[in-house]
Amino acid sequence: MESILNWLHANEQMIYIIILVIFLGFIVISRVPTVLHTPLMSHANAISGVVIIGAIIVMGRADSNNYAALILGLFAVILGTINVVGGFVVTDRMMEMFKKKK
Amino acid sequence: MGVSILTIIYLIAAVTFIMGLKMMSHPASARNGNSAAGIGMLMAIFATIFLFKDDTGANLKNHYWIFGGLLIGTVAGVIMAKKVKMTAMPEMVSMFNGFGGASAALISIIEFNQLAKNGFLVTLPVKVEADVSVSNDMLALPVTIGTMIILFSGLVLGSITFSGSMIAWGKLSGKVKDFAFHGQHFINMALLFAAIALSAYITANVDDLNPLWFYLVMVLSLIYGIFFVLPIGGADMPVVISFLNSLSGISAACSGFLYDNKVILTGGILVGAAGTILTILMCKAMNRSLLNVFIGSFGGSPSAGADKGGMQHKEISLNDAAVVMTFANKVIIVPGYGLAVAQAQHACRELEKILESKGVQVKYAIHPVAGRMPGHMNVLLAEADVSYDKLLEMEIANEEFPTTDVVLILGANDVVNPAAKHDKASPIYGMPILDVETAKLVIVNKRSMKPGYAGIENELFYQPKTSMLFGDAKKALNDLISEIKSI
Repeated sequence: MESILNWLHANEQMIYIIILVIFLGFIVISRVPTVLHTPLMSHANAISGVVIIGAIIVMGRADSNNYAALILGLFAVILGTINVVGGFVVTDRMMEMFKKKK
Repeated sequence: MGVSILTIIYLIAAVTFIMGLKMMSHPASARNGNSAAGIGMLMAIFATIFLFKDDTGANLKNHYWIFGGLLIGTVAGVIMAKKVKMTAMPEMVSMFNGFGGASAALISIIEFNQLAKNGFLVTLPVKVEADVSVSNDMLALPVTIGTMIILFSGLVLGSITFSGSMIAWGKLSGKVKDFAFHGQHFINMALLFAAIALSAYITANVDDLNPLWFYLVMVLSLIYGIFFVLPIGGADMPVVISFLNSLSGISAACSGFLYDNKVILTGGILVGAAGTILTILMCKAMNRSLLNVFIGSFGGSPSAGADKGGMQHKEISLNDAAVVMTFANKVIIVPGYGLAVAQAQHACRELEKILESKGVQVKYAIHPVAGRMPGHMNVLLAEADVSYDKLLEMEIANEEFPTTDVVLILGANDVVNPAAKHDKASPIYGMPILDVETAKLVIVNKRSMKPGYAGIENELFYQPKTSMLFGDAKKALNDLISEIKSI
């Protein structure tokens, strides 16, 4: 129990961020009209690809002879990049269509 | 210097994510919002590669590997995103989402292996209280429970997101069929419980344990993801994808926590919160609770719905359909998944144009969950240049139906099923629907009399004012257009 409390204390900043961003996410999203839900989902999905930064860090820290870590890391980077790039490009394609009629 | 620039770039990236989501709330600003978040992401990625320093002050290595991965991923991502048809968008989103989850799970695996190699000791630079900026003394500490919990959260959530999203992708693209067996929910709960319990056990006994147990947690989570999505019916798939999207956000946030990286944390939690709210909004649109979606297998009750044994439907000829529509004052088109499958959105727009040239007022009634994902129909119709203000939302459409002469239903089924209003036994009971029955005449275009995606009969098709126009939506529309031209 005490170790958990200590851990919470040590990560106070991160926990503040989490709580504030949860509220922010709720507020920002509840104003989106139904018609934009599909692009929104795709856009949010692209943002969740931010995990790519974690993949880059894990890969960049691996020893250059630790091939297990390098290969797993490579997969993490590739999959994360597909998530990010694909997500933003698909969303852009959708939004392009919304714009055309203007 | 480099690290403070990195911090500022992360801050900018986090702000672009928030602004991007906010700008998604209006069609005019949405595209810019998307681009802004994309640029923020790009900046954060390159800043990480060149400016990031770990606890010991070392820069990132293995640049060839990293750029190789980025290059392959970018090429694959662009090709997939450019090639996908607008109709297949929901399954594409689901697949991308699964990849993000897999990435998060892989990070946990690599970090765990690293920990196992060091005997679960973490080396930290000794904190020197005096004004000394650099210290070479290192201190080895046992890994904290908090770190282990985060590692396992990332692994479990990432794995569930991956396998669940892949099943959702398979189901939406017709490659995987619904599958449910007796007691499945019990087994699902047992799987999830086993994964969590095993994680807790490993965390508590981290010193003297075979690291292979870690992979068992991964396997359990992967199986749970599969069994979790398999029994859920197609009509509920949007809810599931949105839910998995929020899970992938949270699993991403775990690695943000792991690396004390605030941009990953902000992005991940933002998506987690947004996905949760979106999931709830979708459930509300169907008037069902989240628990009901997950536990009540939607498609699993084919016997539900009123028995239509003796009832007959009637068909309408193309010519008759063309005549009633041409001489109507107001026609409302109700698009559904059938329109998407047949790629009939352009033909639909053609029909709108030719009817308007004959003085008919044409509008579209969009149910919040028409198609496979909220807004799916809007994107499709926007692709075909249908004007934004012709698309009526459900409440407004329901007010307009009584003054409508002809309602043309294109491949929609469950969203116009009156059983949702009065049949308590129906699995869709309580879902708000489009009250097409209040219009003077209803023409239903479907490929056959087969029940819709929810697997239930639709009594609307047997009502006296309803006529069926069988056939593929695109072909039927093109035939209708040529009939109308010849009048």
